[in-house]
Amino acid sequence: MNEETKVLESNEAAVLERFHEWVTADEREGYQGLLVSPANLIALMTALRDDLGYDQLTSLTGVDYLEEELMEVVYHLYKSTGGPILEIKTQMPRSNPEVPSLVSTFPGAAFQEREAWDLLGIKFDGHPNLKRILMWEGFAGHPLRKDWQEAYYGDQKKPYDDRWPEGKAKKIEAGMKYHENINYPKDFNPETWIPEPHELLFKGSQHLKVDEGMETEQLVVNLGPQHPSTHGVFRMVAKLEGETVIDLEPVMGYLHRNHEKIGEKNTFSMNMPYTDRLDYFCSMSNNFGYAVTVEKLLGEKYQPPERAEYIRVIMAELTRVLNHFMAIGFFLNDLGAYFTPALYTIKERELILDIFEAVAGSRMMCNYFRFGGVVRDLPEGMEEHIREMVYERLPRQIDELDRYLVKNEIVVGRSKGVGVLTPEQAIGLSAAGPVLRASGVPYDIRRADPYSIYDRFDFDVAVRYHGDVYDRFLIRYDEIRQSIRILQQAIDGIPQGEVLANRPEYRFRMPKGEAYGRVEGPKGELGYYVVSDGTDNPYRYHVRAPSFINLTGLRQMCLGEKVADLVAILGSIDIVLGEVDR
Amino acid sequence: MKGFGIIKGLGVTLKHIYDTYAEDIKAGRKRYYTKEGVRQRMTPDTKGIFTVNYPEERVPTAENFRFVPFLVYDEVDGEKDIRCTACGICSKVCPTQCIWITRAEDPETGKPQKTPAEFYIDTDLCMNCGYCAEYCPFDAIKMDHDYELATYNRKENNVHNIDRLLKPASYYAEIRPLHYAIEQQAKAEEEAKRAARRG
Amino acid sequence: MPDELNKPGYSIPPELEGTVAITTLDRIYNWGRRYSVWPMFFGLACCAIEMIATAGARFDMARFGMEIMRPSPRQCDLMIVSGTVTKKMIPQVVRLYNQMPEPKYVLSMGACASGGGPFKRGYNVISGVDKYIPVDVYVPGCPPTPQALLFGLMTIQEKIDNQSIKEVSWYQKGDDPGVPVPILGPDLIDLRDFPELMERLAKEEDQA
Repeated sequence: MNEETKVLESNEAAVLERFHEWVTADEREGYQGLLVSPANLIALMTALRDDLGYDQLTSLTGVDYLEEELMEVVYHLYKSTGGPILEIKTQMPRSNPEVPSLVSTFPGAAFQEREAWDLLGIKFDGHPNLKRILMWEGFAGHPLRKDWQEAYYGDQKKPYDDRWPEGKAKKIEAGMKYHENINYPKDFNPETWIPEPHELLFKGSQHLKVDEGMETEQLVVNLGPQHPSTHGVFRMVAKLEGETVIDLEPVMGYLHRNHEKIGEKNTFSMNMPYTDRLDYFCSMSNNFGYAVTVEKLLGEKYQPPERAEYIRVIMAELTRVLNHFMAIGFFLNDLGAYFTPALYTIKERELILDIFEAVAGSRMMCNYFRFGGVVRDLPEGMEEHIREMVYERLPRQIDELDRYLVKNEIVVGRSKGVGVLTPEQAIGLSAAGPVLRASGVPYDIRRADPYSIYDRFDFDVAVRYHGDVYDRFLIRYDEIRQSIRILQQAIDGIPQGEVLANRPEYRFRMPKGEAYGRVEGPKGELGYYVVSDGTDNPYRYHVRAPSFINLTGLRQMCLGEKVADLVAILGSIDIVLGEVDR
Repeated sequence: MKGFGIIKGLGVTLKHIYDTYAEDIKAGRKRYYTKEGVRQRMTPDTKGIFTVNYPEERVPTAENFRFVPFLVYDEVDGEKDIRCTACGICSKVCPTQCIWITRAEDPETGKPQKTPAEFYIDTDLCMNCGYCAEYCPFDAIKMDHDYELATYNRKENNVHNIDRLLKPASYYAEIRPLHYAIEQQAKAEEEAKRAARRG
Repeated sequence: MPDELNKPGYSIPPELEGTVAITTLDRIYNWGRRYSVWPMFFGLACCAIEMIATAGARFDMARFGMEIMRPSPRQCDLMIVSGTVTKKMIPQVVRLYNQMPEPKYVLSMGACASGGGPFKRGYNVISGVDKYIPVDVYVPGCPPTPQALLFGLMTIQEKIDNQSIKEVSWYQKGDDPGVPVPILGPDLIDLRDFPELMERLAKEEDQA
């Protein structure tokens, strides 16, 4: 921990020295990072990318400081050759928040800036398409601001006062009818209100063509939100010329469950079961990321003991195997092989879920990690069971799946050369995880910036070099094999001992400050940004969701492809809507 | 040769089909509708048919499995001795705030007593996280294993009041024998220590 | 068409109405319907994964006749609302419900669809899908295990068993108007509360 802060500081010190006329250090208690003013922002970012090699913008988020009357935008950058994160911040007055947009330097900032506009009201000058992304266009207000009230006013922070000692079970809608406390804007007339039609998405861009005496017209086709293969409620609006896609716009927000606003109401320990529901396939991985982040804030006293670290790695790697099996099964589903490969991979998943049920208590929403370790030890006989699974069943099944699917001519024909993403595009569009590694960039957080005990294990980083759908399919096989290697080493080396650093508690004395922690989730880099003001509840809680940011590249990958390939490309990115919409 | 990949893949499927019959013939009558049969279909070297025929056979729930909470009472001289003291910790830790407790008061003096007068859990909010059971200092609220709770009318059936929540400690010992044994042992050691200090 | 169904071609003396002939007809009618319920592929969130696991190899839904999961609402009987329903999605849910042909059933799976679940006080969450469409069976849990969902499906089958041709809603006279589709304004506008909303806005304008 001390080494990491030393490296961080030397990193920041180098940048501070080189760009000293633009940048100052952030002096607030418990905060790291460098401050820059909005006027110099683009110059600094371009210099960092070209001269110092920080070419990946991994996270862009906004924070609303109501008392100091400031809005702040926080940027996290890293080098694609490895190393820790660099944090840059810029502040502006809260009454008129405007900042230049980074889309020209880092194209991957497109969706994240739209989200900051949608939820916090920060305007980005120069953004090509600054519209709401998670809420609908006519929505009144910017929900994540500190002075915005939702319908059903009640207590603002949990635990609520009316549950104990005088608790009568009342549903909140019984006391307050729904629209009685919404603030409608001044001249709103419901009889003449027209909701925004979706044709506006491609306004004024349809034209007739006359080609060899035949009139053709471009067609706008809507895929979703209720569609059997969009992995959830996700909508793509595609503009077609014949069968070729010439433009594509993803529309999301159909599962926006206000994870971040609810996160500000919860206490720190109450947030842990909510993180299970982010990427609902891999709940252990999400818990891991949150635990790593808050342990950074809490300090040395809460570092987990050895046995807990080994158990965490075993659970995280089992989750990765489970997720990649499902990704392969569902990808074949999207290609049209309705359900037989999915049935085989669901069978493997059931066997691993039996382990999770015996260890954590629930098949999917595990809620197993705590700050300082894990909640309880493995039950008796579980180590033997995991050893049998990892040495016998999983290697056998991955070989069988390999024989079954990899050389299949239909799969190869439909996915080779489709949806290509070059390495420069992948880095610029902030892709992470298997999407980035299948394009030839060997970046894996477990190797580049290790957390927990991953530096003790011997494994390779899986890379493929073509960047098409077939490579993204094959790289999951490679990653499963590497995970099995890590699992075999972990289950051989697991020591005895305690599993929780201190006694179990639900209230923590949180110091003031901020922390950004990230883990290599199965879908990419899962990061959490937490700001604490010393009380029980977080001040700001943001999730850097890999599926959301990988979707920035969807349009680039789909231009020029046929309609039938759209579903295959979406399946190869492997998105989960709980993460995309939070 | 083109088409060979598809043929290899179909060979894998054919092997699975063959296994379903071969395993049935090898195991004979004992493969279905018996407890050992269900267990065999959950081991890592299972082959053949994987289905567990609900409702005649059920997949056994693990001991740690958590669904909706319930309150524990001990049977003392034919009376229900409710372990809960209405301290309110479970309702403070619940992430969705689905637990409502009203503390009982002495009817004459108005002083608060250590027992709940009313206790409600709304299962339309409960996210089955298990925090209430984890942080209760009196082992009074535990997570149940019963998952057959589908109803026609949620206003009547989905808010559990204290009568529906109370279940005897013998039921708790039946569904979670290991935890029960550990807690009884810890209680016995506490009693012994207290008796040693007194005597 | 509905009129002719209420008048069978033969006349039944009053003391024989509702006796063995009709009940056997009920039983045959319901037997056919209960063993071939076709669910709609309508997974919204985490509960959808447990629904897929129920359709998977271990907890086979095909044993109950429910293996045909169609994405199109015109071909289904049962809509399993699995997952949190948000305000942005509710107009599509109501449209799909209106497009389903009778006889139709709705099963609300999980805590989120029944009553808002852990996300109840969100600005984009609807606390319970039964605020807009009528629900037949509620299955609580977060997420309900596949065996709990199978128990819920068996409850729907029981409900189908207890229906009789004389009383079912799709053989009565009159049209079913369907549920009005809500509009996405500054916040969600439910058209059934429209008069109250107009009153409140008029009152606010008078005050200002």
